[in-house]
Formats: sequence, C-alpha cells, structure tokens
Amino acid sequence: MTELPRNQHILASGIIAVVGATVAYISFTQEPADAFIFPRLISSVFAVLAVWTFIKAVMGRTKVGNGVSAAAMRNMLPGLIVTVIYIFWAAKALGFYTATAIAFFVLLSLYDPAPHGQLRTWIKRVLITAGFMAVMYGLFALLLNVFTPREVFF
Amino acid sequence: MDFLFYLDDVFTPINFGLLLLGTIGGLILGATPGLSPTMAVALLIPFTFQLEPQQGLILLGAAYTSTVAGGAVSAILLKIPGAPANIATTLDGHTMATKGEGAKALQLSFLASAVGGLFGVFLLIFLTPVLAQWALAFGPSHLFWLAILGVTVIGTLDSSSVVKGLLSGCIGLWLATIGFDDIMGAQRFIFHPAVSGGINVIPALIGLFAIPQVITMFTKGRHKAEAEVIEVKRHPIRLAILEVARRKTALAIGTLTGSIIGLIPGVGGQIAGLVAYDQAKKFSKESEKFGTGHSEGVIAAESANNAMVGPSLVPLLTLSIPGSPTAAVLLGGLLIHGIFPGPDLFINYPQVAWTFIDSMLIGQLLMCIFGLYIAGLAASVARVPHAVMAAVVLGLAVFGSYSVQNSMGDVYVMASLGLAMYFLERFGFSAAPLVLGLILGPIAEANFIQGSMIANATVGVGSYFFTGWLNWLLIVIVLASVSYSVWMEIAQRRYTTKDDAVAKEEALP
Repeated sequence: MTELPRNQHILASGIIAVVGATVAYISFTQEPADAFIFPRLISSVFAVLAVWTFIKAVMGRTKVGNGVSAAAMRNMLPGLIVTVIYIFWAAKALGFYTATAIAFFVLLSLYDPAPHGQLRTWIKRVLITAGFMAVMYGLFALLLNVFTPREVFF
Repeated sequence: MDFLFYLDDVFTPINFGLLLLGTIGGLILGATPGLSPTMAVALLIPFTFQLEPQQGLILLGAAYTSTVAGGAVSAILLKIPGAPANIATTLDGHTMATKGEGAKALQLSFLASAVGGLFGVFLLIFLTPVLAQWALAFGPSHLFWLAILGVTVIGTLDSSSVVKGLLSGCIGLWLATIGFDDIMGAQRFIFHPAVSGGINVIPALIGLFAIPQVITMFTKGRHKAEAEVIEVKRHPIRLAILEVARRKTALAIGTLTGSIIGLIPGVGGQIAGLVAYDQAKKFSKESEKFGTGHSEGVIAAESANNAMVGPSLVPLLTLSIPGSPTAAVLLGGLLIHGIFPGPDLFINYPQVAWTFIDSMLIGQLLMCIFGLYIAGLAASVARVPHAVMAAVVLGLAVFGSYSVQNSMGDVYVMASLGLAMYFLERFGFSAAPLVLGLILGPIAEANFIQGSMIANATVGVGSYFFTGWLNWLLIVIVLASVSYSVWMEIAQRRYTTKDDAVAKEEALP
C-alpha cells in the first residue's frame, strides 16, 4: 500500500469535522426546535463520524484516499482558475454564451497537447469552439427555449 | 403481463425515435473514456424537461443501457475502459483485438450484453410488481427505515471505508435539510441566497458526477493520448452467435452474477464485471486461457455488467430507494416530472412505468444491433482529446444546471458541490452515498415527522419506530450491512470494491 499524505488527510478531515460540529451546533441552538428535530438526529451522527475521521487522520490510521499530488495540483490549477472565473463571475457578468465561448477556448488551449506554435492548431481550436457553441445555442436557445443571462455581451 | 399491454407505446414515432437516439448516443458516449454512465445520464436530464415523463425516461433508460455496453468498444479497441463496468472486458477483449480478433470480441461483447441485459430486464419485469404490491403495506416508520437503509447500505458497500461512506451519507442527508422546513416554514442552514430554496437535486447530481471528472481530466495536463485504435477486420456474425451459444457456462455465470449484484443496492456494474470474470475463470475448463484473449472472459464480463442494469432499478421502482448512482439520477429524471416512484407508481402511472420498462427491453435489442454496426465510429469518438472532453462536459454541466430553473444559483450549487466532491473523492469519500442522502433525506424526514406525530398520539415514538417485524427486519438489515462491512474492513478481506476496480484499471499495462 502506498504512503497516504497524512497532512492532507488531517486538513481535509479537519475541515469536515468543523463543518460537522457547526451543523450540530446550529441544529441544537436554532429555533423553532420542532423544525430542527431531524437535523439534530443527522448532525449528531455527522459530527461523531467527522470527529472520528479526524482523530484517525491525526493518528495516521487513515487507510483510503491518495490525496492530491503536487503534479496533479499543478496541472489542474489553471483549469480550476478558469472554471471558477467562468462560473462565478464571467457567465453572469459577460453573458452566458460569450463567457462559455471564452472559457471553452481557453481550456482547450491550456490542455490541448497540440503544439501552440502552429497556425493550424489555433484554427482547429477556434473551429472546435465555434462548433460547440453552435450546438449549445441550437440545443438550449432554439430547442429548449432556455433564456440565459445576456449582460455585457451575448 | 402488464408489460405486454404497454409494449405498443414504445413503438410510437416519438418514443421509438427517442429510444434510437438514446441507444446510439449512449453507445458513443459510453465508448468515450471518462464519461461514466451516471454522468452521461445526469447530463441528459435537462434535455428531458420538455418531454412527456415516459419519453424522458425512455431516453434516459436507453442511454443508461447503451453507455454500459458502449464502454466495451474502447475497452477492446483502445484498452481504455469506457466505464468502470468494462474493466474486466479489457483483460481478454483487448488481447483478442491485438490478435486480429477485434471484430469478434466486439460481436461477443454486444451479444453477451444483450443476453445479460434481457435477462436483467425480465427480472425487473417480474420482480417489480410483486415487490411493489408488498411495499403498499409500508407505513411511515417503515419508509423512514427504508430511506436510512438506502443510505447506509450504499454508504457501507460502495465505499472503501465504512466510516467515510456513512459520513458521506450524513453529508447528503444534511444537504437535503437546507432551505425551508416543510411543516414549520422555518429557515434551515441558509448560508447563501443560492440555497434559499433548498438544493435542487438535478444541478447537485450534475455537479457531483460531472465536475470531478472534468477536474480529473485537468489533472492529466497537456497529455497526449497514446492509445491507438486497433483496426477491425470483418468477422461473420453467425460465428459469433455460435461462439456465445457454445460458451453457455460463462454466459450463465455472467448473467446470474450481474443480476444478483444488480439487486443489491450500492454494488455497481464495475464490481459485477470483475466478480463474474473471476467466477467464470474459476468454473471454466480452460481457466488458463483467461487473460490471453479468451472469449469466455469477454462474454462473462459483458453479460454481467448489462445484466445488472435491470435489477438495479427494482429497489427504485418499488421502494423508491435507488440501488445505484445511475438509478439515483433516473430518480431525479422522474422527480422533475412530479412523479415519485414507489409502490404507487404502478397504480397511478402504469403507462409511464411499463412503457419505460418495455423500452429497456427493446433497447437491449437495439443496443446489440447498433453496437455491432457503429462500433468503429464509437471507437473514433473515444480518441477525442481530454481537453475537448473536459471543456464540453463543463459547458454542458453549466448550461444543464442553469436550464433546470433558469437560475444562476443552481449553477453555483452545481460547481461548489462538484469542486468539493472532487477533493472528497481524493480523500476516500464516495459520491454515491452523498447523492442517496440528498435524494432520500426528504423521504426520511417527512416519514420521521409523520411517524412521530402518529406515535405521539398513539403508542409513543419508541414503540412506533422499534416494534413490528417489518421495522425490525429493516433495522437488522441496516445493522447487518454496517457490521459486515466493518468486519470485512477490520479483517482486510473486503470484497472487490470500487477502489479495487480503479486500482485494477490503473494497473493495466
């Protein structure tokens, strides 16, 4: 069995334990009490299991979960940043279709293994993005009649 | 024989068209590495909004069946299982392909899938009404325990760690309580306006299943897929049919193993394929040939992973307990049309229920026919680079989540849950119990409150929830599943779990 990243497990299970304890605290202190009967039941088990997992992680007795390697983190970080900006800001601020087209093209450029230096590569990426956007527009705007946010741009 | 009465409905132009669309689309999606059946079905749900309930279910059911079978194409031709359910297929299927028997392996896999799938759907047809009749006698206490059973069984059997599985279930149950309380109208855990109306199941499902896959594709970086599609030479279908008929033992083992595993909530197709492969090898007279391109390996694995599809829907349609993550997604597809499965489904919506089941029966045959003809095309799709796939899935997830209620809040919920789930999975938590908690939470709470009210007016809470043979049967099953999993974990003799399956996939040379 490979060595599991102990510190990562402590951090992850610590966060879950804090969430569990907070949920339990809110469940037992909020009013009206009748509305929190079921959450109290759930949060009690949640908190106990979360603390148990945290203690196991601190003691180094975690058996499953390989954590996130530095290489994986390096690879995913640019994509994660683009995703977060796209979903939590650009989609609403720029307009759904504009933000999606930009995010799609940027993600494609970031992760496409084709060489960046060739004009052909960029033309291919633009065409794939355009094709994808055409399909999305056809499906959601024309077929399903979904009205998406149209802010600064389309 | 109600299923025969509604069989005609499958052949109306729209229904049959959707069945074809779901089958062909599912085969292509299934062949695409990284697109699991659950994720494919979750991404399809937004497209069913404007359809009639049975039409939506036909599309989702066909996609479910075909994605499982379609995964065999990339497993055989590329050595990349399209879905975890096809890991066992890779072991002999790809070796056959390298020997120039790719077409034969594909034919065997689709024929075995059809036989296993048909058996599984017949099991669904004959078991479901019996169980549904029995379930009509269930009261609030039984439904409460049943919901808890659904979460604990999946939490313990689907996860590598019992504690983490149960913890995932608790997180799901807690998420289900967010929003306004149904009885008192009180606000609960509303920490952001996006969750003021509670967490909508569809965006949550899309986020929990699609976003971790997108991030996993990101982690591969600018990686160039080196897999080469092996050329498929012609092979007479007649010989493949004779081969399947000759390998009856492997076919029977695969079909029965898959059907039984499908009936157990929480034990998915990836396990069915591997267990069936191991059993077929054990009982085979040519066990030494397994792993060297032996047809029995392909037949056992593929018949098993499709045989589990039908039975995995039995608990969903009779007890409203989804037996697998994909069944949970199908439940989401029913809920958006205001239909809640359970014992009443066959009384209140017989046309929806039986047309859906009948479509799965016909879908198995279509999957076999089209699978044999479009395998080559599906294999080409399997070569789509990760970069394109990640961007496409992300775009579909965002648009699909938004279209549920035309709400950006749903998109934020989808993304937040998806990001959190990726990291939770890296630390040994599983999405399935969390999803089950989220879906079964409202059932558990409503029946707990209703049961408490009855109990307070009659025998008291203790007596109401802890007496009666049915309550005890359900409690014993909950305790037994937890105890069994704890014992297996302590003894380190845990049966093949999803982690083992993933480990086997990663170990493929």
